[in-house]
Amino acid sequence: MALNSRIQRIRIEPVINYAMSCQFCTDPPCVAVCPQKCMEKDAKTGVIHVNEDKCDGCSFCIRVCPFGAISLHTTRKKAILCDLCESTEEKEPQCVKYCPKEAISIKPVNAMSQEARKEQVLALIKGIEKEAKETQKEASAAKA
Amino acid sequence: MVKGYIGKVAKINLTKDKIEVGNLPEEYLRDYIGGYGFAAKTLWDELKPGIDPLSPDNILIVNIGPFPGTYLPTSSKYGVFAKSPLTGIFGMAISSGSVGQQMRQSGLQQIQFYGKASKPVYLFVDDGDIQIHDAKDMWGKLDSWQTEDKIREEFHDERIGVAAIGKAGERLSRIACITNDRNRQAGRTGMGAVMGSKNLKALAFRGTHEIEVAKPKEWKSIALDLIKRANGPATLKYRDLGTPINTLNFQKLGCLPVDNFREGTSDRAIEISGEVMAEKWVVKKAACSCCPIACDHLCLAKEGPYKGSISSVDFESLFALGCCSGVYDMNAIIKAIEMCDRDGIDTISGGICVSFAMEAFEKGYLTREDCGGVELKFGNGDGMVSFVDQMCSRNTKAGDLLSNGTRFAAQKIGKDAMHFAMQSKGLELPGYHLSALKTAAVGFAVSIRGGCHLRNGAYSPDQKGTFDRFKEDRPDERAKEIKKVEDNYAIIDSYIICKFTRGIYKNDDEMAQVYELVTGFPLNGKQMSKVGERIVNLSKCFNIREGWKRDDDTLPERFFSEPQTRGPAKGITIDRKGFEAMKSAYYAARGWDENGIPTKEKLKELGLDFVIGKLK
Repeated sequence: MALNSRIQRIRIEPVINYAMSCQFCTDPPCVAVCPQKCMEKDAKTGVIHVNEDKCDGCSFCIRVCPFGAISLHTTRKKAILCDLCESTEEKEPQCVKYCPKEAISIKPVNAMSQEARKEQVLALIKGIEKEAKETQKEASAAKA
Repeated sequence: MVKGYIGKVAKINLTKDKIEVGNLPEEYLRDYIGGYGFAAKTLWDELKPGIDPLSPDNILIVNIGPFPGTYLPTSSKYGVFAKSPLTGIFGMAISSGSVGQQMRQSGLQQIQFYGKASKPVYLFVDDGDIQIHDAKDMWGKLDSWQTEDKIREEFHDERIGVAAIGKAGERLSRIACITNDRNRQAGRTGMGAVMGSKNLKALAFRGTHEIEVAKPKEWKSIALDLIKRANGPATLKYRDLGTPINTLNFQKLGCLPVDNFREGTSDRAIEISGEVMAEKWVVKKAACSCCPIACDHLCLAKEGPYKGSISSVDFESLFALGCCSGVYDMNAIIKAIEMCDRDGIDTISGGICVSFAMEAFEKGYLTREDCGGVELKFGNGDGMVSFVDQMCSRNTKAGDLLSNGTRFAAQKIGKDAMHFAMQSKGLELPGYHLSALKTAAVGFAVSIRGGCHLRNGAYSPDQKGTFDRFKEDRPDERAKEIKKVEDNYAIIDSYIICKFTRGIYKNDDEMAQVYELVTGFPLNGKQMSKVGERIVNLSKCFNIREGWKRDDDTLPERFFSEPQTRGPAKGITIDRKGFEAMKSAYYAARGWDENGIPTKEKLKELGLDFVIGKLK
């Protein structure tokens, strides 16, 4: 886990590695709980912004986040979470760009479901193709 | 101010329970780079010659370079150094995982351990705060995996980097390793035993120290590019099938050690090949911190008594506990690797010790009773697993004997046992059958830490066909090639980065440039090679001071007199005269005299004036 990273790596021995970050909840508990009212969800992008001038590091947001996606900056003592790299020069998610295994992606929910459907259909077709091939093979073997 | 480096050294006297923290001088950082280089200098300066490596007089050094925590791919590495209890000369072992990065963030560049704690302890460096904790709940009870879990649980922090020894280290096995992040080991030359001799169970690190880079902008752009390259064709082998791809490649060349190096091929090699492993055994590939390669091929034992066992299988572990011991049962190999990692012995030395014991058993030098009732024949997978435990536990006569390595065991057994003790300067040989690789034969023999493929990679020109691998010709050219790569590898081990990324740099200048951008010290490729040469020479001088002689740069008698009986290298042995000529050529290429002693001129040229007059 890198220091002050906005996303977190979870490792559960022996074989699980997972990258966890803000899931952009529709009704985010962190926004609701913040006593300083310094967290705000961007209606357009879904990103939850922290007003660092107001944040006093009380960590209530960290306690209520069901994904454990928020952490406290080690020196600034402000809440930090994934902002899809809006705060960087690059303005687009760098983890997606640089993950060598292409293990991280960011997609709208409906795009995800569309992909899942496609995958399932392809798997189905593959099964049918395989069956067809095997039947053909058996048939030609029987002929021989 | 120097950037990159954290620059702090902690001198910990375990006998007196005293900790001193100081700054490493700028020249020291610049002239010796990091890891291996630092250790060569410090061991030369601080260690009394001739001491017993397992006595409190030995100094254990834990080191990082300037890169952990930066973007540089594979930079989360650390090295452990001391006088080796296995070889009696310069001992070094390097590992990765999360420890290098956590040590950097904890605020230390180097730790030097002196003396011996009066009771078992472990070190925890918590963001610059150096603490020595009681390890009585761990010592004799927990293996290295459990120790890691326990320390992380104790401080409620999963990111703590932990390097620990198992029972083999506690019991001073001279082939003991240090394990971190489960699957990574500082394996070679018995550094785990040195930790054990100091009553030191584990090293743990965490912290928030930030990393300052000299030229951040240029650095970021080159580092991001290097990450991409580290995920490109240069490292494909390690990402795809992993190093076990070697099994079938080596089989084709006749350099796959089989049955304790009696043969270089096996008709069952396919069973322990990278190809079959990928299809049948690998369940996950995992990476160290800061590494895009993910070379750890985690394999799961699927059936039989070892079902459920998981370990990271690489070629070296695979050949040693596999074909070299005549074992082709992946379930048993996976289990044996797990036991080595947990209880803390080096899988290469451990595997060669098993195959040595098997041959000794076959010859009647070891009896069934000596081996805890096990019929220790070549190919007995269950016997191999049992014998690994016997070596870690030291609870049988043969297990106890081999726990100190093959050279020690062969000396005790006497007769012709040294003939088939497959070691050089006490360190068991890695997975290359050397009568089929003549450049490697001399490269491995002259290595400063004993039988080792990672000092100069001399197998590569043989396998690529640069030289005729069956002949002892062109000694001068071979010698130059060995020297060139050896100097470069000394830098890699000082930076410390992973040798798997050696191919991602365009040239030496680029490799030097990353150092310059991070630290601010100017360095080009030519200067870098000089620094590498300085480090190799200094560690060599350390060996000479410890009594090294030309005759010690040799290989087991088997390679000279006992040819393989099948395969492409059938009938070939190493010609002793040709071998000695290649050694002389190597010494000459290094600017050393005929006896392998660096000349005054060479030492002066390398800025090692302080060594002059101190070589016996």
